[in-house]
Parts: sequence; structure tokens; C-alpha cells
Amino acid sequence: MQTKRSTYQNRWLPYLLLAPQLIITLVFFIWPASQAVKSSVERTDPFGFKTTFIGLENYAQILADITYLNALGRTAVFSVSVTLLSMGIALLLAVCVNRVLRTSKFYTTLLVWPYAVAPVVAGVLWWFLFNPTIGLIPHLLDWFNINWNHRVSGTQAMILITIAAAWKQVSYNFLFFLAGLQSIPQPLIEAAAIDGAKPFKRFWSIVFPLLSPTTFFLIIININYVMFDTFGVIDATTKGGPNQATMTLVYKIYNDGVVGLNIGSSSAQSVMLMGIVLLLTFIQFRFVERRVNY
Amino acid sequence: MASITLEGLKKTYSGDVHAVQGIDLTIQDGELVVLVGPSGCGKSTLLRMVAGLETITQGTLKIGHQVVNTLEPAERDIAMVFQNYALYPHMTVYNNLAYGLKNRGFKKEEIKKRVHNAAKILEIDDFLERKPRRLSGGQRQRVAMGRALVRDPKVFLFDEPLSNLDAKLRVQMRVEIKKLQRRLKTTSLYVTHDQLEAMTLGDRLVVLNAGKIEQVGTPMEIYSRPATMFVAGFIGSPAMNMVPLKYIQDIDNKNLSLNLPAPTDTLGIRPDAICLSPPESPHLTIEATLELFEAAGSESHLYIRLANSEQPAVIRTNGQPPQHEGEMLRVYVAHEALHPFDSRTGKRTD
Ligand SMILES: Nc1ncnc2c1ncn2[C@@H]1O[C@H](COP(=O)(O)OP(=O)(O)O)[C@@H](O)[C@H]1O
Ligand SMILES: [Mg+2]
Repeated sequence: MQTKRSTYQNRWLPYLLLAPQLIITLVFFIWPASQAVKSSVERTDPFGFKTTFIGLENYAQILADITYLNALGRTAVFSVSVTLLSMGIALLLAVCVNRVLRTSKFYTTLLVWPYAVAPVVAGVLWWFLFNPTIGLIPHLLDWFNINWNHRVSGTQAMILITIAAAWKQVSYNFLFFLAGLQSIPQPLIEAAAIDGAKPFKRFWSIVFPLLSPTTFFLIIININYVMFDTFGVIDATTKGGPNQATMTLVYKIYNDGVVGLNIGSSSAQSVMLMGIVLLLTFIQFRFVERRVNY
Repeated sequence: MASITLEGLKKTYSGDVHAVQGIDLTIQDGELVVLVGPSGCGKSTLLRMVAGLETITQGTLKIGHQVVNTLEPAERDIAMVFQNYALYPHMTVYNNLAYGLKNRGFKKEEIKKRVHNAAKILEIDDFLERKPRRLSGGQRQRVAMGRALVRDPKVFLFDEPLSNLDAKLRVQMRVEIKKLQRRLKTTSLYVTHDQLEAMTLGDRLVVLNAGKIEQVGTPMEIYSRPATMFVAGFIGSPAMNMVPLKYIQDIDNKNLSLNLPAPTDTLGIRPDAICLSPPESPHLTIEATLELFEAAGSESHLYIRLANSEQPAVIRTNGQPPQHEGEMLRVYVAHEALHPFDSRTGKRTD
């Protein structure tokens, strides 16, 4: 075995090169996270004059709060729907593009565009499309006698944020699925064709199982995305409404902390959210990954 | 059981790549025909057209009496062994073998019977519950064979199935494939670029060059009467010596008294047809310099240059060199061992 090791003349150079990444992590992740942990065990009065240590009281409070538990359930539904929808569409697109790949640089580029769009812009875009008064989609739905108004209907509001959040993630999933499909050797598919498997059967019995490492990876990424990164989409479309119908965990953190100025509860919620995501990721690695390796 | 008939089969890829340029060939029922030729000559393309994995640009393909040009691979009742085996990595050996049977709606007991039967023939019954990842190259090869034979198809197709094995295993599997084919008598088309594999395996060989057939015949027919200079050079190792007629000087017989057909300008001489002692039959006597001696165990190779012309040639013998390197020697070639060619057309002239 040969191992390559770079050696630096100047012993500070490696640290210097690492510094930007470390500083960014420190300033934008470690420090806020530790602040959140700290303020989750404190009570601050609304004017910020006085801070008292109260232990786990904030946690006890949110766990007893029915609106928090509702948000938790809603987030679970939202995560599963967005992940299924965006991965399903991405996989369908990837399979289509993979069939004609030699001529389809064009499509590949086109399909990646949504990823370059900022969450808020994506939100605003869907807000316009679904706008009950001026939007295109309510107008079309009207023909089918469906009355679209996500400002009134909680279910419709959920559908709206699910579509908007999923759309944003389709590009990312698509790229990974396409790469995954490309790495499946063609002779395997041909062998299955000779073995009498029709295209649909071929996909489910050969292609899909071989894609499972990619699928597993994407599930983790997508759940993380839904948990943390969908704030912008919700803020630009429904702002958690109507009547809290789209109040997910991450939006509630913002709503309680920034709008409601309840810093202690908001911090406790964000620590909980981090914990939930860590736990989910851990479970997935522990129990699911074992099944996808062959 | 079925014969395979190819009539004027052509394949043109987009961008004017004429991969297969009009092949006429009949493979008899139960025969093992080997397609052999250098890399890129269109062997795989031809095989894949028979399998139904490539469309046929022009011509007719029959399996038995049925024209199968437009049938799906699954409808042709063929089985194929791929170069990299193409085993399903997420399935056990058992499921790899059973997959084709399940898709065709066989009963569970029948599948079990057939898989175990095939596994026994190929001596892979101990690995049925393993995934392909945990098998050696030779074992994977057997599983790939097993997948082909459980279905008991009309035709076996092989695309360089041994080229990923090491030399020793390759010889062993070659023998097994031949035995198996003899036993099952399934019509087989086998592709390889290895002339030795082709010679030893095939009932008949089809030598392919640049998308066209150069010669069809039994291994011995092709070896002893190559129809073109290409075949002469491709089949046999070391390759046949090709000597321009004008460089051959018979020192016993100054006015070369050979009865060669008209346009001959090149003589092909197999390395083992050049002798170090004069044969009984009429022969040429040629002077040459010994350049290099190469001992390879049971045989040895002498690299010589003909006197006056510097034309190089190889001799295969099983003895010791009569001279030291750099010295002159006399070599003898029986008249009947000469292969006359016309280098302008590349064809044999007698
Ligand atoms: N899908 C394809 N598109 C274009 N050209 C191809 C394709 N497949 C093979 N070819 C060309 O056809 C010729 C024959 O290829 P192939 O049948 O694979 O040769 P072999 O198996 O004898 O090595 C080669 O010149 C190759 O480049
Ligand atoms: Mg090939």
C-alpha cells in the first residue's frame, strides 16, 4: 500500500487554508447553535432586560403545547409528501432523460435550473401561479369545478407549499438519479430483457434496487431540506396560514421567536428540531443503509 | 433446437459506421460456430443483432424457419452470456438463475428443479445463496453460464465470455463450455478475438474482418488452406510468414522451379513448415542469418533474416538452435507447405 502525504514547509499554511471553512462553520453554525442551546434553558423578558435560568421548563412547555404537537405531525406529513413527490418526479424525469441521453444535454441543463432558484423566489413564483385572484392554476382548476383558495382552505395551502417545496428539490434529486442510472451497466438491462422481463418489470426488479444507495442518500438529504430549508418557500406563499394550517416546525420557530418574541421557547424548538433530524439520520444510517448494500 | 440463418445481414450506425456489411451464414442445428476477428471488426454487433439487442439495418435473420428480425430478445428463445457476466448484483445466485424462469411464469417447483439441476452441472450448488460479489471470477462465469442453460433455449450466444479470466482458468472453462455444448447439443454462436480459443472450440469458424466474412470453415480447413492473407496472418501463432516471391532464392535450384498459379507474388509459410533439416519431398533450400533464439519450453522460436533481402521470418521448432545467434544457417521448406497469395487482392491463388 502506498499512501500519499502532502508536506508543507510552513506549518501554519494548512491552518490558514482551513481557516475560511472553519470560520464560516463557527460563525454560522456552531455559535448560533450554542446560543440556541443556551437560550433554550433561559427565560428572557420581552424587552431583553432580564434573563433567568429555568432549566428544561421551556422544553416541558412546548411538549405540552398542542400547537407544537400539531406542527410536529404536520411537519411529518409535509416531509413525507415533499420527499415522495420530488423524488418521484425526479426519478421519472431521470429515467426518461437516461433513455435519450446522447441527445439530451439540453434537457439535462433545463431540468437543473429550478435548483438555481432561491427558495423565496420559488415561493413567490408558485404564489403567483396559485394566486386565487390572478393565478393561472386556480383559473384552470375552475374548469374542473374546483374552487382554489389556499387563503381559506388549509388542505389547499398544504398542497401549495408541498408542490412549491418539492419543485425546488426536483433538480437536485434528478441529477443524482441520473448519475445513478448512468452507473448501472447496460448489459444488466439487456440480460434482463433476454430473461423475459418487460420494461416495467425490468425497472422495478433490476434498476430500482440498484439505485437504492442513491435513493437512500436522497431521502436523508430531502428530509433535511424539508426540515430546515423550506422556511423561504412557506414565508413567501402562506406564512404558516391559514389558521396555522401550514405552520411547520421551522416556520413555528421563526414565528414564535421573531414575531412572538418568545426567544426561550423558540430556541428550545430549534434544539428539538436539530435533535429530530439527527435522530432520523441516525436511524436511517443504522437500519436502512444495512439493507441497501449488496 | 434450431438452425440460424443470416441473409445479407447489415448494420449501419448513425454517422455512417458500417459495422456489419452483408453477412450470409447458416449455423446448423446443434452446431457451435465461432465468430473470430480483431477487435472492432463487428463481431459483437453481429451477435447482438441475432440476440435482438441491436436492430437489423438490412437483411433477414431466421431462427429455425421463423424470421425473427422484429421480435423482442425475449421472444427469440435465445440465451446470452456477456463478457462481464452481467449478473444481477443484488440477487443471490439462485435468484439470478431463477429470474428468467419466473418472468416466463414457470411453477415454483419446476424453477427449483431446473435451478438445482443447472447448478449441479456447473458445480455451483454450494453457492446458491451467495451474492455475485462474493464469488470468484471463475464462479461468476459459471453462474452466467447457468443463467443461460436453465432456460433450455433454442440458441446460446456468447460474447467473449472468457476474456476476463486468467490464462489458466480460461483454458479450463473453454474445455467445459465445449463439453457442455456437446452434451446439450444447443445451437451456439460464440464470439472471440482469440484465435486459439476459436480454433479449439468451434465446429466451424467464421473469420470476420472489417464487417465482412473472410472465410468460413472447420478449424483445420482454415488453418491448412487460409483463403486470404488476412486469415493466414490471423489464424495460427506465431503468425504465418509472408515473404514476397522475389526474395525467395533457392540455392540448390537457381531458377526457382515452382509451379505457382499466375498472379502469385507472395508466399505464405507457417513457422513450423520451415525445417532445419531437408525433408524427403521436393523443397526449397534457403540461406538466412539467425538473429535471435527464443526458448519457450516445449517449443522454441528462431527469428531469422533471409540472405540478401533482410526479409525477417519466424521458425517454430522443438529442438536446440543449430547455430549461434548472428551466424548463417540453411533452412528448408517443402513445396506443398507453401501458400501462394496475390498481395494486390489479398486472395489465395491456388
Ligand atoms: N452504438 C454504436 N454506435 C456507433 N458505432 C458503434 C456502436 N457500437 C459499435 N460501433 C462500431 O461498430 C464497429 C464494430 O463494433 P463491435 O461489433 O463492438 O466490434 P467487436 O465486437 O468485433 O470488437 C466498431 O467500429 C465500433 O466502433
Ligand atoms: Mg466485442
